[in-house]
Amino acid sequence: MTQLIIIAVYLSLLLGLGLFSNRLLKSTSSDYMLASHSIGPFLLLMSIFGTTMTAFALVGSTGEAFKEGVVVYGMLASSSGIIHSLCFFLIGVKLWSWGRKYHYRTQIQFFRDRVQSDKIGLLLFPILVGLIVPYLLIGVMASGGVINGVTQGRVVKEDGRVVVKNPTFEEGTFPAWLEHGEKGFADGSKGGVPRPIASLVICGVVLLYVFFGGMRGTAWANAFQTVVFMILGVVTFFVIATKLGTTALTPELGEEAAQSAGVWHQIQAISEHVPEEKLTRTHVSKLKFFTYMLVPFSVGMFPHLFQHWLTAKSANSFKLPVIAHPIFIMIVWVPCVLVGVWATSDLISIPPPIKANPNIVLPFMVKNLAGPLLGGFLTAGILAAIMSSLDSQFLCIGTIFTEDVVVHYGGKGRFSEKQVVTMARLFIVAVVIITYALSLYEPRRVFTLGVWCFSGFSALFPLICAAMYWRRLTKWGAYACVLAAIGSWIYLFVQSDFARNASYTVDFTIGGATYQTMPVASMVLSSVLAMVIVSLLTRPPDDATLSRFFPD
Amino acid sequence: MSSARRSPMSFVVWGLVLLLVVLHQDNWFWDNGTLVFGFMPVALLYHACISIGAGITWFLATRFAWPEYLADDDLAHAEAARGTQGGTDNQRGTVA
Repeated sequence: MTQLIIIAVYLSLLLGLGLFSNRLLKSTSSDYMLASHSIGPFLLLMSIFGTTMTAFALVGSTGEAFKEGVVVYGMLASSSGIIHSLCFFLIGVKLWSWGRKYHYRTQIQFFRDRVQSDKIGLLLFPILVGLIVPYLLIGVMASGGVINGVTQGRVVKEDGRVVVKNPTFEEGTFPAWLEHGEKGFADGSKGGVPRPIASLVICGVVLLYVFFGGMRGTAWANAFQTVVFMILGVVTFFVIATKLGTTALTPELGEEAAQSAGVWHQIQAISEHVPEEKLTRTHVSKLKFFTYMLVPFSVGMFPHLFQHWLTAKSANSFKLPVIAHPIFIMIVWVPCVLVGVWATSDLISIPPPIKANPNIVLPFMVKNLAGPLLGGFLTAGILAAIMSSLDSQFLCIGTIFTEDVVVHYGGKGRFSEKQVVTMARLFIVAVVIITYALSLYEPRRVFTLGVWCFSGFSALFPLICAAMYWRRLTKWGAYACVLAAIGSWIYLFVQSDFARNASYTVDFTIGGATYQTMPVASMVLSSVLAMVIVSLLTRPPDDATLSRFFPD
Repeated sequence: MSSARRSPMSFVVWGLVLLLVVLHQDNWFWDNGTLVFGFMPVALLYHACISIGAGITWFLATRFAWPEYLADDDLAHAEAARGTQGGTDNQRGTVA
């Protein structure tokens, strides 16, 4: 119950922050959606970092390290440090500049303008929203799993029966369909807050503070939550290290000496218990690892990140995020990956249901190794990471709906500012309801779902890159790129059994040897080829357009 | 909005970015399970160093490869903001 109270207090604080920023909100849609381009370097760093580090970073990285070992860091963290900042530098800053000059609020406005085609918006809108849904799903699923995980009781066998000890809620508190899994209470909520209720509460809280505070509130909430999850992430690491280290040293030194041995010795003792295969990458193909590097290019096409870029006060505001982003990734990911591989040691017994669902390895460790008070704070930290992405995504889908559909087709003068904001909110609620409904089905691994979502955005990356740096990109080349990207994504997603096959790769056999590649490589190759071939075969853009984007 | 004339240092910076990409594919530590300092898997430490290297490289990029036209843009936007405070909301450009 202590954890639950702390979580409730934390969520109330966030709502308070949203309300407070509402008092500073100007009554214009520009302020609601772009914070009137007033965000300075620090707030931009924290909001961009908080947005890109989602459930994927904390819950997903720990769970995936538990399954696959230290390779996870190289696959996504160190590569993201290089590629994300590259995108901020080459894409973000320039788009910010054009956004200010030509008054863009969304990516689609930019693409319509650059390729001189109104219909490109109609093609991109459902694709961008459709790709954001799995991204939202990651957060919604993970938040429910985390809250349920830390509030569960202990499942033990007594007289041949499986029972739940010390539950937060006794059986019967909630309707049976919320509490029971396939084999009953001990296989369902296990006395914790049922996953559907926990996810619903998180969605509600994020919706409320986004509605109250708009982009300004979201940027502040992101900054606050990023500080919270970075600090509490480091605290979690040391708490888990101390507890596991004490267990590791006790047989040799005795419990009292083990407790006071110091974190350094404790960490060394834990690492000796980690199986060798989790410390190496022998089980991962080198080509698969290499092609993973295409996944972080997704940030160049994230519509919510585009919106964050436009909030910057000046181009100089980008410098701090460009420099600090890789370091911040390291601060968050290294402890998470270490905790994930430590969970594979014989120092802690991970029950089969947790092993089968890596999403809850981190909450399980927190619950079992930290006291209720600290466990509550650490859970708030995990939720902070999740919510700091959900908020930007919620706001972004509302913005692209109103700007690219409602205002674009309805006419600029047709709706008042208040009506535009109301329509944005209604669309957000509709998308959240769909996402929430999807989250109630069988959960996938957060990491796997995340990689599929990012791969889709990466497949569209050639489009934004060419739109900014290739004069020869044509309208039809842009269409071909988008269709090839989404066509190959759908085909490969179906081939992977809708992400059920977590280790799905696209394999090529050459000279008797089989080479594994990530699906994203085939997607990017398809979209690049389609874009280049069709662009070269069709009429180049007119001089007036080129002179706006390529004055030299 | 022209690109700045490239300084020799900017080539160094882009060379470093390329080097990071190459170094990221560390085939040499693939099956090495050594624990550095007794706790840190060498593959993880190596990639953490890549992250630090990326931070340093991007610092150099903002120092030596930052497009000069952005300084003019900043100035122009700051002046525009001072001149039209509160009145820019409906000035969006036409969209094709």
